[in-house]
Amino acid sequence: MTVPAEHALALAAVLFSIGLAGVLARRNIIFMLLSIEVMLNSAGLAFISAGYMHGHPDGQVMFIFILAMAAAEVVVGLSLALRIYGSFKSLDADAASSMRG
Amino acid sequence: MEALFYVSAVVAVIATLRAVTGKNAVHALLYLVVSLLAAALVFYSLGAPFIAALEVIIYAGAIMVLFIFVVMMLNLGPGAERQEKSLLDPRAWAGPALLAFALVAELLYSFSGGGGTAEANAQYINPKAVALTLFGPYFIGVELASLLLLAGLVAAWHLGRREKEATHDSPG
Repeated sequence: MTVPAEHALALAAVLFSIGLAGVLARRNIIFMLLSIEVMLNSAGLAFISAGYMHGHPDGQVMFIFILAMAAAEVVVGLSLALRIYGSFKSLDADAASSMRG
Repeated sequence: MEALFYVSAVVAVIATLRAVTGKNAVHALLYLVVSLLAAALVFYSLGAPFIAALEVIIYAGAIMVLFIFVVMMLNLGPGAERQEKSLLDPRAWAGPALLAFALVAELLYSFSGGGGTAEANAQYINPKAVALTLFGPYFIGVELASLLLLAGLVAAWHLGRREKEATHDSPG
């Protein structure tokens, strides 16, 4: 009465694809960050299922690292989004597509 | 455990799809919180109860609150009150509430011994083994994570300053 690890990996792949499609399709910075969170979470799910498959705690350790990385990433991403909103009065990623150089 | 896994997997996929394709940011974030709670139940069914707790506390708790905080900050203005009213509309919260109710039903089913406890899982890995691995062979990773969090803190402080101060401080 156990879940096959392949099904967990398939779920991780599906969630990752949804997140990737979100990053590629959406232009709103908040939604892009949100999709990146989905992708990070599904990568963590893949690590957990690998640890589940082999019975090692290493997968869960990697998830804790992903969690710390996601926290740092979301802080920087959201403060950048606030700065872009302050500069361009828009959350559209295309508004900030040209550099001053 | 199997029923727990498959039902939460379906809930996670539905909630994630709604979160990514949503139009209103707050509604999408509600769906994302449900998706993360479903992922926590998936982790529980995969024999990782400690990670499930971390997912609820840090991902669904801290990171999503940060998101909602920023979205609310950006919505300040005359439209904010209308926004507040629209959140009380059942259409806004009925979907996430339904999915969250499915997760609660699963949790109660699991607590009543229906799916067996996490310890009964064949591949259960207890938190002690995780901690011994984290602070043993992976200790350098802990140090690097602390450096990363410090960098994030400095970046948030630097980017979060007011525009006027920033131009005043800059040498050019």
